[in-house]
Amino acid sequence: MNIVVLVKQVPDTWSERKLTDADHTLDRESADAVLDEINERAVEEALLLQEAHGGEVTVIAMGPDRATDAIRKALSMGADKAIHVSDEALHGSDSLATAKVLAKAIGTVENVDLVIAGNEATDGRAGAVPAILAELLGLPQVTQLRKVTVDGSTIKGERETDEGVAFVEASLPAVVSVTEKINEPRYPSFKGIMAAKKKPVSTLTVADLGVDASEVGLSGAHTQVLEASPKPPRSAGQRIEDGGDGGQKIAEFLVGQKLI
Amino acid sequence: MSEVLVLVDHVDGEVKKVSYELLTAARRLGTPAAVVVGASGTASKIRESLGRFGAAKVYAVESDDAANFLVTPKVDALAALVPNASAVLVSATVEGKEVAGRLAARIGSGWLVDVVDVEADGTGVQSIFGGAFVVKAKVSKGTPVITVRPGGVEAEESTADAVLDESVSISVDAAKSARVTSREAVVGGDRPELTEASVVVSGGRGVGSADKFSVVEELADSLGAAVGASRAAVDSGYYPHQFQVGQTGKTVSPQLYVALGISGAIQHRAGMQTSKTIVAVNKDPEAPIFEIADFGVVGDLFNVAPQLKEEVAKRKG
Repeated sequence: MNIVVLVKQVPDTWSERKLTDADHTLDRESADAVLDEINERAVEEALLLQEAHGGEVTVIAMGPDRATDAIRKALSMGADKAIHVSDEALHGSDSLATAKVLAKAIGTVENVDLVIAGNEATDGRAGAVPAILAELLGLPQVTQLRKVTVDGSTIKGERETDEGVAFVEASLPAVVSVTEKINEPRYPSFKGIMAAKKKPVSTLTVADLGVDASEVGLSGAHTQVLEASPKPPRSAGQRIEDGGDGGQKIAEFLVGQKLI
Repeated sequence: MSEVLVLVDHVDGEVKKVSYELLTAARRLGTPAAVVVGASGTASKIRESLGRFGAAKVYAVESDDAANFLVTPKVDALAALVPNASAVLVSATVEGKEVAGRLAARIGSGWLVDVVDVEADGTGVQSIFGGAFVVKAKVSKGTPVITVRPGGVEAEESTADAVLDESVSISVDAAKSARVTSREAVVGGDRPELTEASVVVSGGRGVGSADKFSVVEELADSLGAAVGASRAAVDSGYYPHQFQVGQTGKTVSPQLYVALGISGAIQHRAGMQTSKTIVAVNKDPEAPIFEIADFGVVGDLFNVAPQLKEEVAKRKG
């Protein structure tokens, strides 16, 4: 079974994030980047399925040069090869353009049975790229899974959302996204890290994928940011020491706010 | 006025609160038309309550396929109705965002993610990076598709003069869709759903154990609130992951958020910072949660929370 895993590098939540003044895009240089935790779970699930069903695992990452770190990590965990889509024109791409480019990149891999992604990258929070990919590729969307199994040409999964759990099934090929609960990702072994250095990584531009540069990045965006401003930090309100009547004091505050 | 489509969230014949919020927002943009996708008979059960919040039309998209396939029936229905609409509003839930993103891709429109307010000209207000930035954005291509965060807009009744009914049929391509074979509702008992609740009471590492989480639950029940938990509490096994508030959990925006024994790490704040009013109880006077709390008590949550519960009960009589 041939699997494509999508990985993405995001700014570290712990470091300060800001938007560039020039075009209101994320200032990716100002924040430390890490491999999104959920990506590692997506890679892990791909490797588990490969161990059970054979085939090849290809990593696809889209992003600036620094995305190579995310690719290396995935390869050292055990993925076989990687495609890095890197192009200045991609700067500022929205979820639609991102999905379009990823769909083209997936198209360069032969006989794909499964596309696996994390359910939500921590920076954009759109969480919809796997769904949009399914739309563009014309494949079943089997997303937000906490458990996944493949039996022949059928994929079954447990989808967990705000509404509860839905047991879903579809025929392969399909697009899957996994949640935090799916597994515990392995640590790369020393052998894996050494082996990763020899694994093939091809770098593609949007032109290589047959996408016009005007369709991606800020020029291809379907939305426009009118203004962006740092929110004045929420100012601390009243704070008291509990002198034995803390609960009463909160109740009085809530009554004053008409909340109870 | 032009039609503004609102995709209705419903469970077992009950409309979710967010749908009333969406109808309220839709009235600013045009004439709200509710789109109900589900099993046969769903729309007739809820049309009256939708009308109370201004739906002038209810589109019923009802069949076994509509109820039993994932996401695609909703996208198919909205795509069929878009030619006569000026905008589409969908709740910014996990599934809502998937529907909206796919719809935007199919109809060649832009979409706005997780807005907390909608202005009359279709501008969406977003609160990003856990509330550190406020962004105003607009769809610049096609019919705008806007996902609105539950709790972002306050629902206000405004009964429509008349509610028209129309049924819409769709056909699902089983080879391109996932089938739902069964469902399990969230086991939250009688408590409201976390992202829908007007009041959320959350516990953190300070609660100390799974057993002691009952102090959080009891206060929540007195306030008719949902129960949440910080990542630290979830990772320590005090409370299930589905109730986690924060960056890798749920984003909530209730009228009142009560944080018990939560230090207020940036990951947690990212999930609750847009709450209208924040109350915090923590032993540590240096806890960062106090920097964003409207009312903070430095003290032991096991003394403060039960006392607050009694006070609330007293006032409710």
